[in-house]
Amino acid sequence: MSDAAIAAPKIKAKISRDDWIMRGCMGVIGIFLAMFVLLPLYTMMSKSFENKAGDFIGLTNYLEYFSTPALFLSAVNSLYISIFGTFLVLGTAFVYAYALTRTCMPFKVFFKLVAVIPLLTPSLLAGISLVYWFGKQGAAKELLFGELIYGPIGIIIGSSYWVFPHALMIVITALSIADARLYEAAISLRTKPLKVFFTVTLPGCKYGLISAGFVVFTLIFTDFGVPKVIGGNFNMLATDIYKQVIGQQNFQMGAVVSVVLLIPAVIAFSVDRIVQKKQVAQLSSRAVPYVPKPERRRDMIMLAFCSLVAFLILCMIGMAQYAALIKFWPYNLELTLGNYDFDLANGGGWESYFNSIRMSLYTAVVGTIIIFFGAYLVEKGRGFAIGRNAFHAVAMLPLAVPGMALGLAYIFFFNNPANPFNFLYGTMGILVVVTVTHFYTVSHLTAVTALKQIDPEFESVAASLKAPFYRTFARITIPVCLPAILDISMYLFLNAMTTVSAVVFLYSTDTTLASVAVLNMDDQGELPFAAAMAMMIAYTCAGARILHVILTRGITKSTQAWRER
Amino acid sequence: MAMDETGSPYLKIRNLTKIFGDFTALKNISLDVQMSEFVCFLGPSGCGKTTLLRAIAGLDIQTAGTIEQNGRDISALPPAERDFGIVFQSYALFPNLTVYKNIAYGLENRKMRPDRIKARVAELLDMVGLADQAEKYPAQLSGGEQQRVALSRAIATSPGLLLLDEPLSALDAKVRIFLRQEIKDLQRRLGVTTIMVTHDQEEALTMADRIVVMDHGVIEQVGAPEEIYGAPATSFVANFIGTMNFISGSVEAKDAVRLGDTVLHCTTDGLAAGASVTVAIRPEDIDAEEIDAAGDGDGNGNGNGNGNLIDVEVTKMEFLGSFYRATLGSPALGEQGARADFSVNLVRRKNIEPGTKLTVRFPARYIRIYPGG
Repeated sequence: MSDAAIAAPKIKAKISRDDWIMRGCMGVIGIFLAMFVLLPLYTMMSKSFENKAGDFIGLTNYLEYFSTPALFLSAVNSLYISIFGTFLVLGTAFVYAYALTRTCMPFKVFFKLVAVIPLLTPSLLAGISLVYWFGKQGAAKELLFGELIYGPIGIIIGSSYWVFPHALMIVITALSIADARLYEAAISLRTKPLKVFFTVTLPGCKYGLISAGFVVFTLIFTDFGVPKVIGGNFNMLATDIYKQVIGQQNFQMGAVVSVVLLIPAVIAFSVDRIVQKKQVAQLSSRAVPYVPKPERRRDMIMLAFCSLVAFLILCMIGMAQYAALIKFWPYNLELTLGNYDFDLANGGGWESYFNSIRMSLYTAVVGTIIIFFGAYLVEKGRGFAIGRNAFHAVAMLPLAVPGMALGLAYIFFFNNPANPFNFLYGTMGILVVVTVTHFYTVSHLTAVTALKQIDPEFESVAASLKAPFYRTFARITIPVCLPAILDISMYLFLNAMTTVSAVVFLYSTDTTLASVAVLNMDDQGELPFAAAMAMMIAYTCAGARILHVILTRGITKSTQAWRER
Repeated sequence: MAMDETGSPYLKIRNLTKIFGDFTALKNISLDVQMSEFVCFLGPSGCGKTTLLRAIAGLDIQTAGTIEQNGRDISALPPAERDFGIVFQSYALFPNLTVYKNIAYGLENRKMRPDRIKARVAELLDMVGLADQAEKYPAQLSGGEQQRVALSRAIATSPGLLLLDEPLSALDAKVRIFLRQEIKDLQRRLGVTTIMVTHDQEEALTMADRIVVMDHGVIEQVGAPEEIYGAPATSFVANFIGTMNFISGSVEAKDAVRLGDTVLHCTTDGLAAGASVTVAIRPEDIDAEEIDAAGDGDGNGNGNGNGNLIDVEVTKMEFLGSFYRATLGSPALGEQGARADFSVNLVRRKNIEPGTKLTVRFPARYIRIYPGG
């Protein structure tokens, strides 16, 4: 027997039939992702180096962009609005989340419910509501002391409203993983409450706060809806793309602006990924959950703060609902349902609402199947680490791509007659595809997290019992992950209902959508119709959420026998 | 490694190496397992025992080396094409399937007739004493019951090889001791070749026909439990299994070692005189009974006259329930002294307490010598 490190020929693992099937499926989904993310982005990037005739002109477009103050200014605007908005939202979300997780403030359920309202509405709704409150004939315009709502003030208020729940959810998660024993240790060492806050509480949720910060920054930076409605002459990058493409038909400059929009988003995204990786080891599984104790003064201050925030959120949605129900603001305040007669409006009729429902359902069903199965193959596949890692990397990419950039990239890619997928252009299909792609990453991560939580040895046992992988996938994995699967389909449905950015470039006269209709009605000055349509989206999303809760409860109840705790 | 006289071994592992990045988890492992044998892989965490088990199962295929099972080369085969049943520490019971469905899972994959599946599952449930629990879900069972379901599921298809990956680690001490016996009985009754991975030496000593002690990716010793405990081949094994005193010394002559001023008789494994060695003896082998002035009352027949006696002073007494562990100080025993186990009876009779001066015997046949200080 030799003493050499490797005394025998290397073994190359035989690839089983299951492995081949799994790799094949992963290849198909991987190609889907590459085709609908990488290739369009590549096409868009190359367009930004071309002139109108399609000749390569190097950096000329970029030179023009950066030497045209009007264009360059919007990049600066986007940046400072986003930074300011990030701090505002993060501060508010932190206090709000702190009140919900670390105090004995009453009515927590109510405050939680109110905080998710903005998720149910398109970001356009915030703009419309602000016009009614603070516009030229606004109900409370005196509060601005002569300042105009159309511009930075409006954008910051509107953006803060709709990104608030996104930040809140991340911070709540970060705050709710506290280890009570750390606090007990701090108290037994006679630490002052303020010092406990700075030495235990803040460090404990540091990564969550940073992560929330980047998410909020990216959302505001790339948002199109709010600046479109309330931005007035104040230009931001996302609205510039729209103006260049729809207004001036200058596709090349649109591509340049998209790239400029893409870069900070990608940087923010990358930093966030790095930060999140560090968060993993934060809490041991043996930690004792923190249970807050009543403390009257603090609880009352928190109640006052949360009431104020909740009041502002209710004012936003409330005004939109009110605007949708009155005859002629501000002269005739009689109630009417006439604004819901969308077929009288120019922006898009009831058809667009039903298109939206169809599109959202397709997205939820098709997207959930593809995304969950893809995540399963990445997480539970055997061997082929290179392929699985590459797939995971591509799946992470869409989160970094702003909707406007994605939508424009699709025009370039699919509108090309030479593209074999050209037939998709202008159909419902491309809307579904772009929406699934746009919201791929978060759903993928939800699925991966759920899959990581189930015992990694299920697959090993199943293999030893000679069960093909698809049998175990259908009989074990799907039932165990059903709550997460429902969450994913709900997330896709809500986003498909409310999104404007990617689809605004891709709808055709046959496939107008409700959210786009809101945009167009606002463009045409038909604000009451826009408010009513935005509210239709809100009702639908609220209904879907309620259905989701009922279904989840049903599943939990019927599977209670085998779900632990 | 001696071949079994009945012919070729059931499992034949040759030159197995597993490399993860720049970490070598298994170094050139060769091992034979006989048909119907119960073998334990024992070692501290990170010693490679689980890696070896997973290589045998095909779950993490080795970098190099071959594995033959029952004459068939399975080195590169995926798990589904091998013949084994497996039980994990977590049991990995399918939570959404009942006990019945869990056990039937592998049978259904074999396209067995439904009535035969039913009979087989009933038989297995009967065997592990869970006949009345068939319709419960795993979460409704105790840890020990879940363990038995996992075992039933693994043997349902009558595999040729049963792999157990720390199957008892997640259980309470009492259940663990009970299940040890139960698994051992079951294994003997079925005659299934079994490999169990464990870090618990007591488990290995009580259950295994043969123990494979591993450390840092190599096999330190293979042998029957008595052999491993009584004649540890290396100082690692001696230290890892049970409690052992290690005392630095040197070889005095062909059959004697020197500890300070004291010379002890024992075999020296052919080491040259003057070589520094570690002298090892277990606490329970140090004898303080009826030692007469002549010092040769042990009757072990070594006939070396002086009886390996050492004068010591008890420096510490630790009460461990059924016996005392005494720490003995003497110039011969180095700075930390030696630990010796004295029965409660003996301690009472001789009135031993810290400060007591005693003469103890290091019986020659229980002394082991390892090269190096």
